[in-house]
Amino acid sequence: MTAKPKVAFYWCSSCGGCEETVVDLAEAILDITEAVEIAFWPVALDYKRDHVDAMPDRSIAATFLNGAIRTEEQKEMARLLRQKSELLVAFGSCSHLGGIPGLANLFDRESVMRTVYLDSPSTANKAGVFPQTHYGDNGRTLSLPAFHNTVRTLDQVVEVDYYVPGCPPTPRILRTAIQTLLGGDRPAVGAVLAPDCALCEECPRKDTKPETLSIPEFKRPQDLLIDEQSCLLTQGLVCMGPATRAGCEASCIQGNMPCTGCGGPTSRVQEQGAKILSCLASLVESKEDAEIDQVLNTIPDPVGTFYRYALAASFLRRKTLPRVQVST
Amino acid sequence: MRNRQLIHAPEPHEAFEPRIVAFFCNWCTYLAADLAGTSRMKYAPNVRVIRLMCSGRVDPQFVLDAFAQGADGVLIGGCHPGDCHYQEGNYKALRRYHLLQRVLRQMGIEDDRFRLEWISAAEGDHVRSVINDMVEKVRALGPLQLNGMTEDALEEVAV
Repeated sequence: MTAKPKVAFYWCSSCGGCEETVVDLAEAILDITEAVEIAFWPVALDYKRDHVDAMPDRSIAATFLNGAIRTEEQKEMARLLRQKSELLVAFGSCSHLGGIPGLANLFDRESVMRTVYLDSPSTANKAGVFPQTHYGDNGRTLSLPAFHNTVRTLDQVVEVDYYVPGCPPTPRILRTAIQTLLGGDRPAVGAVLAPDCALCEECPRKDTKPETLSIPEFKRPQDLLIDEQSCLLTQGLVCMGPATRAGCEASCIQGNMPCTGCGGPTSRVQEQGAKILSCLASLVESKEDAEIDQVLNTIPDPVGTFYRYALAASFLRRKTLPRVQVST
Repeated sequence: MRNRQLIHAPEPHEAFEPRIVAFFCNWCTYLAADLAGTSRMKYAPNVRVIRLMCSGRVDPQFVLDAFAQGADGVLIGGCHPGDCHYQEGNYKALRRYHLLQRVLRQMGIEDDRFRLEWISAAEGDHVRSVINDMVEKVRALGPLQLNGMTEDALEEVAV
């Protein structure tokens, strides 16, 4: 009997929802374990880093790594798994595009630390203690991984072969991705393993999207009773569908909520945020500066809205702050 | 790996010369710049002009990419409202300009680095005054130092 190909799952800066997708494969996971051996999966199996260290280079057929890269340890593990794997797959929005953790790129390390360890109302830290990378105690030195100033996507740290989009990817997307990778006919390296068209293409409300559309003001989901049949853009909601990759079967729209863009851009687009900005701005009704401004005031947080999952992967990557701190 | 090349940062002793990328529409502003040239008007040599068919063709991606690749300022020039060769293109540019300006502000890029101007084919002198004014304002702001591009890129290259 020939050995089954090895597969690994790992978790960096993310919420754990992508691991949940693996669990949500339900019975289908049995078919997968038929075909592959799970060699490393810290969230579920008791393998340690030493086991990975001991593996020969490129001996893991594919590693599915979810989460952005924010700490030194995550960077180290990304490099180690890259070295040990034949294919490295960025799994989920955070490793693909930075995801929600990437929004921390609107701040710097110091302000993140201050908020978490000093300013948040639930914090009691009178001595003002912050995490240190090294701490001496009775002649022993304890260490913690350094916290980077900037959140990075996986492919800004190591070479990535494939991407599985979504926050989290649906079990169906994951199943299809694994089948694609196990099959002989792999797509070109760098491909995103999901349909290469905009979400509007698979939206159940597609037919209610008018030929031309102009938006007098933008609304947020809590501002109105959302009609369950008509295109969300026609209702003035910021729906990221036109600039987001399909594949999720329009799950959010099925739940009567606008798309927030977790699928990332299609292959023809470099920056998702710029594209949805372009699309929505051109739909604004007015032609006068003051009126345009008034309409745009109804989008209170443009970066948080248009770059919700892709700030770390954007052209500018992070907010430019006057003081430059080099991460160690 | 998705990393960009490091941008050449000027040495402290070098005098700062702003690099400004200008997107001019084919029908008005580009002709105005041409007129400024044939009329031998002198203006700051800091602008790299890119001709597009319409200011409405300026994809916000172009502007962000210009900044990411080392522009200290970006200028868009189009036909006056009502004069667009394609009827509506400059209005689309106007709306995108306002929204993109808000995004840039959130990203820590000063308003004076991004500018939209309506300049008709007859206004060669306006090209001169707009460019001179923008170069001076950007010069006063100093070079755009994107820390997303420098600090982490340096670290990525170093290890």
